[in-house]
Amino acid sequence: MDAQLPGKSPALAARGVSKSFDGRQALGGVDFEVGPGEVVALIGPNGAGKTTLLSILAGISEPDSGEVEGEGVAWVPQQAALYRRLSVRENLILFARLQHDAGQTSEKPEAMVARMLELTGLGDRADDRVGTLSGGNQQRVNIAIGLMAGPSVLLLDEPSVGLDPAQRERLWTFILGLVAAGTALAFSTHDIQEAERYAERIVVVAEGERIFNGTADELRRAVESGRPDDLESSFLSYLRSRGH
Amino acid sequence: MRWLLLKDLQILRRSPLQLALLVIYPIVIALLVGFAMTRDSEQTKVALYNAMPASEPLGFGGEEVDGNEIRDQLCERVECLEADSTGQARNMVESGEATAAVILPEDTGDRIRSLASLNPDPPVIQIIVNGSDTVENQVTDDQIEAMLGEANLLLAKRLSEGAKEYLDLILQGGSFEFFGQEIEVLGLQKSEQILKKIEPKVPAGTDRQELERAIRFAGLATDNLDLAGPLLTAISEPIRADKVEVGDEAPSLDTFAIGVTVAFALMFMTVLLVAGSMALEREENAFTRLTAGLVSRLQILMAKVGLGTVVGFCISLILLVGLGLFVGIEWGRAPYWLLALVFGAAAFAAAGSALGAAAREIRAATLAAVMICLPVALLSLIPDDAVGPAIETAINLGSAIFPFRPTLDAITGGLEVSGSGIWLSLLHLTLLTGAYGALARLALRRF
Ligand SMILES: Nc1ncnc2c1ncn2[C@@H]1O[C@H](COP(=O)(O)OP(=O)(O)OP(=O)(O)O)[C@@H](O)[C@H]1O
Ligand SMILES: [Mg+2]
Repeated sequence: MDAQLPGKSPALAARGVSKSFDGRQALGGVDFEVGPGEVVALIGPNGAGKTTLLSILAGISEPDSGEVEGEGVAWVPQQAALYRRLSVRENLILFARLQHDAGQTSEKPEAMVARMLELTGLGDRADDRVGTLSGGNQQRVNIAIGLMAGPSVLLLDEPSVGLDPAQRERLWTFILGLVAAGTALAFSTHDIQEAERYAERIVVVAEGERIFNGTADELRRAVESGRPDDLESSFLSYLRSRGH
Repeated sequence: MRWLLLKDLQILRRSPLQLALLVIYPIVIALLVGFAMTRDSEQTKVALYNAMPASEPLGFGGEEVDGNEIRDQLCERVECLEADSTGQARNMVESGEATAAVILPEDTGDRIRSLASLNPDPPVIQIIVNGSDTVENQVTDDQIEAMLGEANLLLAKRLSEGAKEYLDLILQGGSFEFFGQEIEVLGLQKSEQILKKIEPKVPAGTDRQELERAIRFAGLATDNLDLAGPLLTAISEPIRADKVEVGDEAPSLDTFAIGVTVAFALMFMTVLLVAGSMALEREENAFTRLTAGLVSRLQILMAKVGLGTVVGFCISLILLVGLGLFVGIEWGRAPYWLLALVFGAAAFAAAGSALGAAAREIRAATLAAVMICLPVALLSLIPDDAVGPAIETAINLGSAIFPFRPTLDAITGGLEVSGSGIWLSLLHLTLLTGAYGALARLALRRF
């Protein structure tokens, strides 16, 4: 089932990661890898443990047990972590300065901001307050900040949530542009079509356990229920059949 | 950290309405509290020592004023506490049991009686006030002045009535008692009539001329002495007061009111600003991103305390200088009150951080800030003698663990020329800053 290419060491790997909150298990010994330049989707119902897993992978929270290996990992939180009263430029320069001072990048903050404005295509909105931007554009700024330190692996927690199809399309064009430049990507989503369309590999977690790891086709075969055109409902009955 | 601080200042600048509210609201409240607040509405306590011989009547001209009447007059507006000696009265004032003492010296009676004589020697009442209570002191001063005014009015009325009786006796005639002897007085009017009656019977000549002169005198005297009655009421201040201040020199009313105003504004502004700003980090989801390898929680906390200290200091300084233009402050003591503002702002900022970190939402943080600040600060303004021991302990505790009281003490201490204890207040504020900082850091673990 493991789709990882032999001989190629993963850019990021977690082994047997467990985490409990107040005695309730959020993750129970999960394995997860992302190969260099690979795009992995993480799907699963609400409360499955996706955010918990991604934040452990990003080193933001400590697992109770298990280990994480990987360098140059950047994390982009589910909700845009931006100051809505500040302009796009002010947000970018703040985080550019902080990353510079923290030694995560040697690039001059001003140069970094110019590069990120170019990358996000938001140059003409640079002096608008973030609060006045559309959800899609906010998410671009949010992701751009995650990219500042030039990570080898980018972790996106539900990047397209709340966006209309057109915005979602534009956001993914932006994200795939980054992947083309060599950045590996792991993203969580509730949208199985999104996972199928953009990810090379899909990992399904439910109730803190990894219940599937493979390509979209393998997932389709695994959940086969006589309605091959509707992966979503097949997926739901698959989850049900696995007791979730 | 400076970038975080810069960012918070930028956000503040972008929120002009909130900034205006944040500044104007506390200042309005502070002004209301600082100047409209008279510390308690209950009666002022005044120690009274009456050294006059007991129940000695102060009769003059048939009118009687006794010591008790003066005493009642004095005690109508204030609560009188009986003292047995001048020393005891003085102690009561020094200990704060009474805000002032009034002493009626032994010779008061004699002196009051002398008012009706040809050599008036007005009685001097001794007044002892405590310098160490502020608003109350001012109120007491006014009350004592009013009391004296009333006592004087009473005496003046009796005095003129008594004197008028003498005058009437001289004018109209009658009898009065003198050492148990009834003495008949003829009276000027009657004299004139009698003289007029006998005038025609007296043969013209020297005697007749003398008689005419006597008649003219009696007539003139009658006319003029009639006017003397009203003139006597002009004796309006028979009692003099001799005021002595005892106890520590305390901030004057102006200094105290300025201190309360500035401390109040500083508290509200800083606590609201920092609590809201801390909660904002979470509401904007920035906290996770910031702490993901960029800055430590302690650095975020320090930036917030820095923000509150800078903004709180600047605005309270503007307020203080603005007030100083109207009421006059000690510019020469600027280093002291500037220190007081900085330390107070830092302590409030630390308290605000703890509140914001614990409340985690801007609305909850704002509400909590108002709900905690207002009562705690008002409590620490209640004078100790106005409540029972249990509440007093609670008040002292509240004053000790919340930065309001030490900030107020530091500011008034800084403004007063003789201000003492500012260093102690600054130490207190430093400890509170540390304690609230530690609490905030603890709350940030589960932010
Ligand atoms: N800080 C926390 N404190 C307590 N419980 C938590 C915390 N974070 C997550 N949990 C719990 O851990 C479990 C997994 O949560 P997690 O957020 O990882 O799920 P998720 O898959 O991201 O869900 P969603 O799709 O809704 O984002 C849930 O039961 C959640 O309630
Ligand atoms: Mg999640």
